[in-house]
Formats: sequence, structure tokens, C-alpha cells
Amino acid sequence: MTLSTPSWHRGLRSLVWPVAALALLLAFNAAFMPGFFALEARDGRLYGVLVDILNHGSRTALVALGMTLVIATGGVDLSVGAVAAIAGAVTATLLVEAQVAWPLAIAEAVAIGACCGLWNGLCVSVFKLQPIVATLVLMVAGRGVAQLITGGSIITFESAPVSAIGNSAFLGLPIPVTMLALAAVGLHLLVRRSAMGLYIECVGDNPVAARLAGIPDRAVMMTVYGLCGVLAAVAGVIECSYIKAADANNAGALLELDAILAVVIGGTALSGGRFSFAGTIVGAMLMQTLTKTLYMHDVSAEIAPAPKALVVIVVCLLQAPRVRAWMAGLWSRGGAA
Amino acid sequence: MKLHRWVSLTPVLATCVLLVGLFAFGAASYPNFASVAVVRNLLVDNAFLVVAAIGMTFVIISGGIDLSVGAVMAFSATLAASLVEAHGLHPLAAAAVVLAVGVAFGLAQGVLIAMLDVPPFMVTLAGMFLARGAAFAVHPQSRGVTHPFVATTLNETLSLHLPIGARGVVIPPTVVVMFVLLALAWVLLRHVRFGRAVYAVGDDASAARLMGLAVRRIKIGAYALCGCTSAIAGLLFALYQQSGDPASCKGMELDVIAAVIIGGTLLKGGAGSVLGTFAGVMILGLIQTIISFQGDLSSWWTRIVAGGLVLVFLLLHRGIAVMAGRVARLA
Repeated sequence: MTLSTPSWHRGLRSLVWPVAALALLLAFNAAFMPGFFALEARDGRLYGVLVDILNHGSRTALVALGMTLVIATGGVDLSVGAVAAIAGAVTATLLVEAQVAWPLAIAEAVAIGACCGLWNGLCVSVFKLQPIVATLVLMVAGRGVAQLITGGSIITFESAPVSAIGNSAFLGLPIPVTMLALAAVGLHLLVRRSAMGLYIECVGDNPVAARLAGIPDRAVMMTVYGLCGVLAAVAGVIECSYIKAADANNAGALLELDAILAVVIGGTALSGGRFSFAGTIVGAMLMQTLTKTLYMHDVSAEIAPAPKALVVIVVCLLQAPRVRAWMAGLWSRGGAA
Repeated sequence: MKLHRWVSLTPVLATCVLLVGLFAFGAASYPNFASVAVVRNLLVDNAFLVVAAIGMTFVIISGGIDLSVGAVMAFSATLAASLVEAHGLHPLAAAAVVLAVGVAFGLAQGVLIAMLDVPPFMVTLAGMFLARGAAFAVHPQSRGVTHPFVATTLNETLSLHLPIGARGVVIPPTVVVMFVLLALAWVLLRHVRFGRAVYAVGDDASAARLMGLAVRRIKIGAYALCGCTSAIAGLLFALYQQSGDPASCKGMELDVIAAVIIGGTLLKGGAGSVLGTFAGVMILGLIQTIISFQGDLSSWWTRIVAGGLVLVFLLLHRGIAVMAGRVARLA
């Protein structure tokens, strides 16, 4: 890839593989799963398998957007599941025990998510801990904190506006889809219409060089991890609104894995540097479609992770420089012969 | 050289002080805490964790990380229980099969990491998914083990009866296995070429390569070893629980990593010891014991305290590294 390649061209090229995989999966479902594409409009909103994938995929994609930025700086955030659990626990507890108005409850949950993210950023940028471990601390302790907030029980709440987030529609589509669209556009404007995106890619590409070039690497890290915490908290609020309850033990389970997978499938390299929001969203939808497909083929929720893992390994292999070099070698030899 | 020893020893010393301090705190705060029974239970309840942490110590010293440990343990326990109960295999034969599968799994992860340069946490995260799914594919529910060899021979005949205290103390074979493996791992890490090479690779992989060490092979060896100890830990867990449950050991990898870090092994690799890891597991166990003795604290405090301790130790390691850097620059 040369420097002269225009950025939009680069972006499109990185999208080819995830989109092709998603199309392949959808084609497979179209062929073998009657009713997969059936849509039904009732009470001004759409119902169907695809809508369900969009709904749940949007929640994963929201987290994955934040994860994209974190991974672009060369880090990773393992604590998003725990932060989502904390956010859900805070929302439910405030609604039920403190009788707080719902906007305030959600705002507080998101603010706490931001604090968790900033804490991660502090550990990574100022204390110079490895991101995997710094966020592992919050992943371990965070779930304990969430259980502490809920007192270990599942807190159910009756709040029409909050449960509407996960269970009603805007413009015919579930509300999380709108939230994802807003977040994606907002983040795009933030990082691509300012120097932020360039800073993030510089820090991820070569932190020492970025620092020497005068990029405020600590501020970049703090912002990125803070944003990731905010988005994880939003996902936590969506999750607790789906079931009208906060389950500190299970909320956000495996969320970190799905989010990381979405980012990697979307073409953002784990080593940091260049990133793509569009790829990440396609990746999240691909993961959700795969999950749904497996469920519809009677693969139990417990076994479903295994085929997902195989997909991840294949994607990682395709991205590995050695495999790429080997395949390029095969290609040129085949072409010459 | 002196400085290097000081850097690698301080965290281990801090660990030992913490272990003794915690025990002293428990003994001073609660009656009956300083008893043989508490120590015995500490060993019995954490034997499998120590074994899993041994392999993790090797991987972390080599500069990597293995997130698949908990899932591999659950898979091993489920596979062993199924082979014995559903397929009529002798428990020893089943154990051999499980060990072979564990080593093969670790080997495959190591090859992906070392040969294809895929980041360790990504490969082992996928490995975690794969092993967990495979465990449920083997048998979707918990399966009790009632084979007479396991129930009587292993758990009764082979248990050690030590004449300590009024009624004596029964030590199950899991604890014996733990101590044997601990001793083997200590020798392997201190006095065998492979172990010394693991330190070298973790400290500086390119320097190790220039020294003529087979860096890739050593990394693969560390992951294969971790797969092996995870499988053994799964077997011990099945023995401890008398069953194989595919849903068990969730998040166990975090406990194991926490124990290794608290045990003074540096996460960037190159320094650490299995004895420190043993102390780390015991510290986590002691915290759990103290919380249960306290009675009015909920079990989730264990996780919060464990997370806090990991952070303190990480900062301690970081502080030592910064100080060492300053001293080196002055010299």
C-alpha cells in the first residue's frame, strides 16, 4: 500500500473482506433458512430476524466503536463487560432504591462509565501499565463492584422510558440502531474532522515517535479510554433495558470478546495504527449474524462460542504478515506459471 | 547484576511479607484461625489453582499471557468425567488422554503465537471460546464421577493421614500432586536449560535470538507446558468436585493471572518464580478465608480486594522498574 492511495480508497478496500463475509453468511441463510429475511410491520415498527440482529448487533457495535479507538492506540480494553454491568447496576439501583428520575439515572450511569474509562486511561498513560493488565484489574474488580451495588441480587425496575430504549422503535427500527448511528456519526466527526484521528493513529503506530513529535499522548489515551467507558456504559443501559432488570453477574458477559472480534474482523490491526469505524460496524453485525445463524441451527448458546472462535482464528491468520507473505508468494508463482 | 537481582527479588519479598501479614492478621482477629484445619483447607481448596498458575508463570515469564486456562480446565474435567462415566475408560487412561489433549491444545496456541506472530491474548481468547464450547459439546451438564477407583482408591486409600492435632489430618492426593509439580517446576525453571531460556526470551527476545536460542521453540514450549498444567488442574478440579462440569472454572484465568502477578512475576516477562506464584495463590485463598471468617462480608469482596491487590503489585513492579532505570542512568 503506497502513501499516494487516497484515504477513501483505502477505507473501501479494507471493507471488502468483512462485507464479503457478511454477504456470504446472509446468502447462506437465504438459501437454508426460510423466513430469515421475512419482515413484518406492526404498530409502526418492523419485526423479523434481521431487525433482531440489528437491535442486538447495535449494542455490540456501540462498544466496538470505543474499542476501535482503544485498539488503534495499540491498547485493548478488557473491562467493557464489567463497566456495562456497573452501568446497568447503577441505573437499576437509582431507579428502584433512590427513585431518581430516569434521565438522571442514565446520566449518572454513563458518567460512572466515563470515570471507569478514565481510570483505565490513567493506568495506561500515566502509570504505564500494559493495557491488557490495567483493564484486567477493572474486569476482575468491576464485576465485584457491580454486585456490591446491586447487593448480589437481580434488581428489576418498572420504568417505561428506560425499558423503551431496548423495546420500542424509532423510524420503524429499534432505538439502539439510532443510538449507534448517532454515536458513529459523532465519533466520525470528532476524530476525522479534527486532528484527533491522526493523533490516535500516530500513538498506535509508534508511541515514542508520537511523543517526540509533540503529540499529547497522555491526553489522547485518556480521551480514548474515557470514550470507550462511556460507550460501554451506554451498552450496559441498553442491556438492562432489554430485560428491565440489572443482573450484575451476567450483564455484559463476553461483551469484551465480541467487541474485540468485531474490531479485528473490521480490519483494524491489533498492533494499533490505522482504524476503520465502518469496518467495525460491519464486523459487529457479522458477529451478531453468525451468533443468530448458529442459534437458528439449534446450536446451543453454550457451544456457539466454539465456531465463533474458529472464525476469529481464521481472520487472525489471514491478517498475519507471514501468512500474507506466503499467500502472496503462491499468487505470484501461480501467475508466472 | 546485583541490581537485577534486587529488582527481581523485591516483589517476591513483598509477597512473602503480605502472606505472613495476612495470616497474622487472621490469627489475631478471629479465634480458631491459626489452626491446622485452616491451613489444610487452604491447601486442599487451592491445589488446582496452584497447578494452573505454574503453567501461567512460565508463559508470563516468557513474555506472553494465556487467557484459555479456565476454559481448558473445564474442558479437561468434563472430558475426563465423560470418558470415565460414559465410555468406561479407566480413570488413569482417561487422565492420559486428557493430558495429551491439553498439551496438543497448548502446542497449537503456541504455534499460532510464535510462528505466525498473532498476539497472544487474541489467540488464547479464541482458545478460551473454543475450549468452553468444546466442553459443552462433550457433555452439556455437570456429570458426577462415581467410578470406584476415583471414589475410594484416590480419595481414601491414597490420602495421607498425618498425625497432627487431636484427630489427625487427612491430605488428599491433589495436594501431593500440587507439591510434586511445584518442585518439578522449580527445578525446571532454575536448573534446566529450557527454564533459563524462558527467562532469557521473556527479558529480551531479540537478545535471546542473537544469543542463539530457539526463541520460537521456547515460546511454543511454554504454551504447551501451560496447556499441560491446565489439563492437570482440570483433572484435580474434577477430583476435588467429584464431577466434571462444563460451566465450571469461569473466570479462573483471571484468578490465576492475579495470583501470578501478586506472586511477584513481572508481566513484561523475564522475572518471576513458581514459589512466588504459590504464595500468590495462598494470598488469594487467605483473603477468601478471612472474608468467610468475618461472616458479614459478601463473597464479591474477594474479587474487589483481589483486583486492588493486583493493581498495587503492578504499581510496585512499575515503581521498581522506574527506580532501577534511574539508578542505572546514574551509574
